[in-house]
Amino acid sequence: MSGLTQAHSVVAPSTASRRISGAIVIVYAIITMLPLLWIFATGFKSQSDAIAYPPKVFADPSLQGYVNLFTTRSRQTPEYMASLPPPETWYDELVRKQNMVIVGPSKFGARFMNSLIIGFGSTFLAVFLGTLAAYAFSRFRIPLADDLMFFILSTRMMPPIAVAIPIYLMYRELGLSDTRLGMIILYTAVNVSLAVWLLKGFIDEIPREYEEAAMIDGYTRLQAFRKVVLPQAATGIAATAIFCLIFAWNEYAFAVLLTSGEAQTAPPFIPIIIGEGGMDWPAVAAGTTLFLIPIVVFTVLLRKHLLRGITFGAVRK
Amino acid sequence: MTDIPDRRTVAERVAAATPDGLARKVSGFSDRTIAWLFIGPTIALLLAINIFPLIWAVYLSFTNYAANKLNATVAWVGVRNYSRVLSDPDIWERMQATAHFVVWTIVLEVLLGFGLALLINRQFRGHSFWTTVVLLPMMLSPAVVGTFWKLLFQTQIGPFNYVVSFFTGIPPSSFDMVGSVALAPWSIVIVDAWMWTPYVMLICLAGLRSVPDYIYEAAEVDRASSWRTFWSITLPMVLPFLMLAVLFRAIENFKMFDMVALLTSGGPGSTTELASITLKREAFEKWRTGYSSAFAIILFVTIFGAANIYVKALNAVKNR
Amino acid sequence: MRKLLLSTAAAVVVGAPLVGATGAQAETLTLCWAAWDPANALVELSKDFTAQSGIDMKFEFIPWPNYTDRMQNELNSKGKLCDLVIGDSQWIGGAAENGHYVKLNDFFAKEGISMDSFLPATVYAYSTWPKGSDNYWALPAMGDALGWTYRKDWFARPELQAEFKGKYGRDLAPPKTWDELKQVAEFFQKREIDGKTVYGAAIFTERGSEGITMGVTNALYPYDFKYENPEKPYDMQGYVNSPDAVKGLEAYKAMYDCCTPPGYTNAYMQENLDAFTSGQVAMMMNWFAFFPGLYKNENVGGDKIGFFVNPEEIVKGSTLGGQGISVVAYSDKQDAALQYIKWFAQGDVQAKWWSLGGYSCAKSVLEAPGFADTAPFAADFLVAMGQVKDFWQEPAYAQLLLAMQERVHDYVVANKGTAKEALDLLVGDWTEIFEDEGKL
Repeated sequence: MSGLTQAHSVVAPSTASRRISGAIVIVYAIITMLPLLWIFATGFKSQSDAIAYPPKVFADPSLQGYVNLFTTRSRQTPEYMASLPPPETWYDELVRKQNMVIVGPSKFGARFMNSLIIGFGSTFLAVFLGTLAAYAFSRFRIPLADDLMFFILSTRMMPPIAVAIPIYLMYRELGLSDTRLGMIILYTAVNVSLAVWLLKGFIDEIPREYEEAAMIDGYTRLQAFRKVVLPQAATGIAATAIFCLIFAWNEYAFAVLLTSGEAQTAPPFIPIIIGEGGMDWPAVAAGTTLFLIPIVVFTVLLRKHLLRGITFGAVRK
Repeated sequence: MTDIPDRRTVAERVAAATPDGLARKVSGFSDRTIAWLFIGPTIALLLAINIFPLIWAVYLSFTNYAANKLNATVAWVGVRNYSRVLSDPDIWERMQATAHFVVWTIVLEVLLGFGLALLINRQFRGHSFWTTVVLLPMMLSPAVVGTFWKLLFQTQIGPFNYVVSFFTGIPPSSFDMVGSVALAPWSIVIVDAWMWTPYVMLICLAGLRSVPDYIYEAAEVDRASSWRTFWSITLPMVLPFLMLAVLFRAIENFKMFDMVALLTSGGPGSTTELASITLKREAFEKWRTGYSSAFAIILFVTIFGAANIYVKALNAVKNR
Repeated sequence: MRKLLLSTAAAVVVGAPLVGATGAQAETLTLCWAAWDPANALVELSKDFTAQSGIDMKFEFIPWPNYTDRMQNELNSKGKLCDLVIGDSQWIGGAAENGHYVKLNDFFAKEGISMDSFLPATVYAYSTWPKGSDNYWALPAMGDALGWTYRKDWFARPELQAEFKGKYGRDLAPPKTWDELKQVAEFFQKREIDGKTVYGAAIFTERGSEGITMGVTNALYPYDFKYENPEKPYDMQGYVNSPDAVKGLEAYKAMYDCCTPPGYTNAYMQENLDAFTSGQVAMMMNWFAFFPGLYKNENVGGDKIGFFVNPEEIVKGSTLGGQGISVVAYSDKQDAALQYIKWFAQGDVQAKWWSLGGYSCAKSVLEAPGFADTAPFAADFLVAMGQVKDFWQEPAYAQLLLAMQERVHDYVVANKGTAKEALDLLVGDWTEIFEDEGKL
């Protein structure tokens, strides 16, 4: 299943059929993008435009959603508003137009930071452990190697909620509930299975002869690993890292069950951004947009390796 | 990693003083040591975070333990939790809802994904850009996807109903995708298909590209019709890939929690309460830890068993 | 071995500063509550505490639909996020029995805080476990009950008044019974007012947390619903599913079917606020807690809004809300937290609490002459608090609640079975839960 990067078609399809295919795919792509574009646009609507009935496709652009996302505000009486000195910043002014004053920052920044710390921390550890294990599985004869590899994979088959029950109890005893360390360890454990499987595939593709030549030249096994294999596997390691990061970034079930504040990441936070009445949709949309941008960038970076990542390396292009 | 030069000098000194055959073994660690040092931490981590909890969950499933009763004594109740789960008609309703979700998402995703893959495989201009665009939804956070589709599906303020209304003439506020018993099971199928069709597409595309040209050329020499070519060449060659995609999707959707929890939270009533949502309610809202552990084990065994059988079938297809 | 050490070292290095971040700094207290109007008032009020004591206050406010879930999870995991928690009345049984809250009797005795200075209904509901005993686990912080708002300006329109009188032979006024409530709601349903289609009433239908149960019980209590045989605890057959209770549940479904806005399948307080403030509905069921904010609202507040107590039917009854403030047993800063409660219990603080929009439970506030005139809903609040009933406060309350959520949502929203069947099933669920608890 490898090495065939070129498309193979029956006979080269006719220009007309290509065009029609292209048109259908483009229509599908546009339809598939509409929900995302709607959310992006909602982030720049005012609250009243966002919940207008019938919905407004175009509305006067407003940064209210972004301001609401990053601040907490409180409503005041018109008399009180009149007594205030003139607003100092554009966002003060924006908030005051709604008869409200900013009372402080929101928790979004902290939650976003948690996402970054937990995401990068667990990714680093998972890739570190995964590279070592993948190398060993790829190069050494390990008793029951297939069983071990399957065991590593099978840890992914438990529904997260099911794993969360004993983990919850365990973390409670260890004092790891709602800590970033606890979440890093957990995400590392979940990601390491993916990392081993993916990286084994990448390392398998590096010819053994390279290291063997290096070892004949006097390198030890560890040196050969470090100086020959690692640089060769760099792309694979980077791709794997991005996959791990995306998982940790997107994860919701563990986060919502095992964190409550200190270590809470963005996914459990974004859905519960509420305003004065119900959901503050512009702020939710703004938070969603900021949260999704890194993913879009990564998807573009990863496009060549996506297939491997999503199939645990079972399918390689 | 600063230790390496250091070790090298030691190794060199040893190597210099020993005959050739021995030198290699002494220089650094033996391969076997390295192998275990490399694998050990991963296995240890998985044992600590996956296997130990699993064993704990198995133990809990035979008790009446409740995680919110910190002072209560824990009693061994044998298989009572299991018999309760399996004899609970509500649980079977949840399993039906889960089956409906799994089956229909797979049907939709396979049809759409395979179709798209066939089209993209024609290599029209700009196909690689558009492929990346198509792939985007599957990279997103399911929780966030569930949240914003809730907005899109709102009867009065969401655009979805208006789009449907535009094409069908049905008044937009006359139906409620998330709130009505008839439509809610389909709303979660639609969102999942939106998100994961690209996944099936990508794997199918790999399958299409794995078919060597000469087979098609041979077919053409035989003047096989394009339908015949499709049925007797393309489909069989892509089938293992397609089955793999189905396997992954089935496992994932059987475990589905986040997207549905945020989109419908199991409602209306219990119409879209999938197995994982029930599990969460039992374990973390009702705090019936023993009971929910039993349910969790049953789910795990089901997934694990079904996946194993399926993989056997997959291998049979592959080796044909 | 070095590799292994390296990896553990890496874990420790990554971990150390992250764990450390929670500890130390005794001079900041974290208070956890739901994210709603009164919480903002409490932030304002607490500034005085910080000024007096030098202790900073941090707040963790969680939206209602997630509040119980998140806080129960936090308490059950022995979490240290919250030093103080303003916890829902139903939590108290579990929190007391499982030791989540610090028992306050000694502290009250030492500081001379008397429970007699709070409204008895609130002490009973928010502070005691076992119910009605002298064991106090919280100080009544926020009195609350379900009430109703209506569009006074619409009710006052002469043409509507005339039409209503012609149809029902009485004035269009806030309803006194659930029958009248339904008539008024039906009267407004799908009516054109100022060029907009409006609907009868916004009621609770939320499935995920407690919404529909709170709404349904607000109908069941006036229909003389009882949780158990007064003579024999936990004997529910014939009480929970009594013929009157069945009528009450049917009345709620009738309201849902005839008189709610389209797509009203999963609404709780926030959705109701949206429906009311955007001018979609003539009446709204909601907690008194929101009434001060609504009265200030620029679209529907002031002269346009009126309030009424939950209508009676066979008897009087309203669903209890509200919370007491407790000290979390896992907190490292219990002394400072107690200091906050001591400060909060003072008469002048309670008076300011009410003036900022928080519902004080202190007699010094509620029984002060002229209290009823301090706000248009103040008198109704006192009436409502005189007729409240609460859901089970048992340690197993979450199970009891979720069972009811499922059964009544299945019946009211998902049209499954009859009211009688729903309540019969509920008796079965609850009996099983109490059997598991060893109480039956």
